[in-house]
Amino acid sequence: MKYEGQVRIPSGCAIAAVISKDGNKMTGEAITDAMKPMHDRSNGLGGGFAAYGIYPEYKDFYALHMFFDSRDTRKGCEVFLKEYFEIVKSEIIPTRKIASITDEPIIWRYFVAPLKSVLASMQLDEKEYVARAVMKINSEMDGAYVFSSGKNMGAFKAVGFPEDVGVFYKLDEYEGYSWTAHGRYPTNTPGWWGGAHPFTLLDYSIVHNGEISSYDANRRFIEMFGYKCTLRTDTEVITYIMDYLIRRQGLTLPEIASVIAAPFWSTIERKTDLEDKEKHIYLRTLFPSLLITGPFSIVFGFNGGLMALNDRLKLRSMVVGEKDDKVFIASEEAAIRIMEPDAENIYAPRGGEPVIINVKEGAF
Amino acid sequence: MGVEFIYPEFEVIRNDERCIGCRVCERQCANEVHRYDVERGRMMSDETTCVNCQRCVSLCPTRALKIVKSDCTLRENANWQNDTIKEVYKQANSGGVLLSSMGNPKPMPVYWDKILINASQVTNPSIDPLREPMETKVFLGKKPEKITRDENGRLITDLPPHLELSMPVMFSAMSYGSISYNAHASLARAATKLGVYYNTGEGGLHEDFFKYGENTIVQVASGRFGVNEEYLSAGAAIEIKMGQGAKPGIGGHLPGMKINDEISKTRMIPKGTDAISPAPHHDIYSIEDLRQLVFSLKEATNWEKPVIVKIAAVHNVAAIASGVARSGADIIAIDGFRGGTGAAPTRIRDNVGIPIELALASVDARLRDEGIRNDVSVVVGGSVRSAADVVKAIALGADACYIATSALLALGCHLCRSCNTGKCNWGIATQRADLVKRLNPDIGYQRLVNLVTAWDHEIKEMMGGMGINSIEALRGNRLMLRGVGLTQKELDILGIQHAGE
Repeated sequence: MKYEGQVRIPSGCAIAAVISKDGNKMTGEAITDAMKPMHDRSNGLGGGFAAYGIYPEYKDFYALHMFFDSRDTRKGCEVFLKEYFEIVKSEIIPTRKIASITDEPIIWRYFVAPLKSVLASMQLDEKEYVARAVMKINSEMDGAYVFSSGKNMGAFKAVGFPEDVGVFYKLDEYEGYSWTAHGRYPTNTPGWWGGAHPFTLLDYSIVHNGEISSYDANRRFIEMFGYKCTLRTDTEVITYIMDYLIRRQGLTLPEIASVIAAPFWSTIERKTDLEDKEKHIYLRTLFPSLLITGPFSIVFGFNGGLMALNDRLKLRSMVVGEKDDKVFIASEEAAIRIMEPDAENIYAPRGGEPVIINVKEGAF
Repeated sequence: MGVEFIYPEFEVIRNDERCIGCRVCERQCANEVHRYDVERGRMMSDETTCVNCQRCVSLCPTRALKIVKSDCTLRENANWQNDTIKEVYKQANSGGVLLSSMGNPKPMPVYWDKILINASQVTNPSIDPLREPMETKVFLGKKPEKITRDENGRLITDLPPHLELSMPVMFSAMSYGSISYNAHASLARAATKLGVYYNTGEGGLHEDFFKYGENTIVQVASGRFGVNEEYLSAGAAIEIKMGQGAKPGIGGHLPGMKINDEISKTRMIPKGTDAISPAPHHDIYSIEDLRQLVFSLKEATNWEKPVIVKIAAVHNVAAIASGVARSGADIIAIDGFRGGTGAAPTRIRDNVGIPIELALASVDARLRDEGIRNDVSVVVGGSVRSAADVVKAIALGADACYIATSALLALGCHLCRSCNTGKCNWGIATQRADLVKRLNPDIGYQRLVNLVTAWDHEIKEMMGGMGINSIEALRGNRLMLRGVGLTQKELDILGIQHAGE
């Protein structure tokens, strides 16, 4: 049987997210519970969470969350890490033993800072340096896998139902201002922990429901720029697209939505705001290979905010609601009602219409 | 006769019960196969000049005619096949190079036919093009590496010149001279109506067709026929022809008998002289010279037009394409070895070059490996026969396809492969006024529009089946393809998996 990365596995899914615009902290309990009513959208072969603002004491360091298949692999990888980074803290990620989650790998986290001298000699900016190191480990080091690499944030994922994964990782003991969650329904999988979502690079995380039909067009384009799609999942390629457009091209989130879920030419043709029309023609002409087709609903997490986006035909369900300082996003309204029974203004964003929530400046 | 005699390849079968002696066949055949025998009061045939163009068959009002392959053959021999032996006879008779027309007819592998297309089932929905938008619009040209913004942070939306195609199909280069005025008129009008482009080929642009300039690609080939400032400025893009799939390594060849007044004027050469393009461009002996011509043409047209460099698919096509991409070209056109021609030496047509499918796959992969795929668009031709071939080409990595043989078929060509004789009974590959007028551009242009529109519908159906609603998401999407009956090496070159994997 082929493992994830050697073969492409389509999957359906459940997603949910909550964010406080004021930067108020919440434990991971509510988002874990939110996945319960969407139990049937997953099949027990993958669940995970991303949490922002959870490591305030180490907020200046990159938090590397890693899976290892053996102690030797970990030792070997640490030798590599020490060549590139100063490791300020290294520890096991605490977990609860529960019956529904088994066969866990060695789960470790490191708080690291790039070694200044190496960074200078490689003439890279810091984020590019970290991204390359992560990509190198994931593509070249058998048995080692970095599943989270941002500052003051972290991903937690496993093979299992998401509500069990939340309990397993003791998410009730973490406090963050923004949480995203994912339950996976792959059509077949050998059940590898790295294959669960969210998928992350630096502080960017993606939870995604869908199966994109543009996958290989997107993958082959993005791999031109040093990204290596080792998992062959939609989520992975979308994360790299986001990283490329934000960090390398400097596009804004609304501009990115106009690239990956571009309006139809007929819609662009009808625009009366000429500057807006020209901008859309420009973006579609410049980045045709980054248009994503086929069904998707995604929540893109980053330090200080979230963006939710549907494919341009809205082939996957996704609703948004709010209450006080909080905004909720989920595949089904039931999940929002679990997090906040009195949620207001619940609506389904149109296909291709980004919902962008930024936390107040200085509150994260 | 005697030792020089070669038995005709075809036989005319005339059903005397049906024949009414109307003599249409006689009037229609420029090869003078049919004649009316007054004494016997019946039609007679001389098949020695028959090319099986089916003109008489198509126009016989009583369906009294059919053309069949002659069963008078030489003794069977797997090594010395009939055609091989007859070619030896012909050369012993004439002492000349054998000439042929249209694409390579040999039973070489057609990879399009060994590639299958995917469709959505269960895990994602197929999309119905009758009910949902389905986009086939394509832009061809360079994509800048980085976006730029003004001081207010607004995107600066200037782009290098691009061609906008309503769908990813264009009419490939066929010169005025090799084909008729009416054929060119049909192509120009169809391209305009369809929102795509046709290509002048190397024979210049007739003054009547300057008005279709917005949908015209003007070609600059080694003979530089008809090239002047007005010509360069007339089109939407300029194509430098470095090679042609049917005859890589040699130049074009138009016999003097096809050079009448109008063609002489358009090509800027004397009437009745053979128009033989040099094998190389004599100002391009290497890649750095190509770069100079690309930039000279851009300079001459005020940097307003994309420059296409057309190359034949040869063994090291990937490296050549990579060099071309770095030479300022906006678009690379690659022409496969099954591509058509108005006239080519038979040995070259049938033995030189490589299949377009393999050339395309390796060029696209090479440009991506080098990170320069965005610097150029890739257009492929050389036997793109149907909408399915187009879909497969796009999924392998092409931006658009060039078609020519299919376009001629739409105009009435019956692929008799005798264009070099100049006696095309369908009014396409001829300059004889009485034959040219048989092709009515009002009908011809409509048939081209029909063909390309039908392909567009079929492309949309196949895209919808894959759950793709925009052609850009199909481009290079090789996961949508699977091979059947291919070796691992072939699959590796095509960059696709075998069916069942």
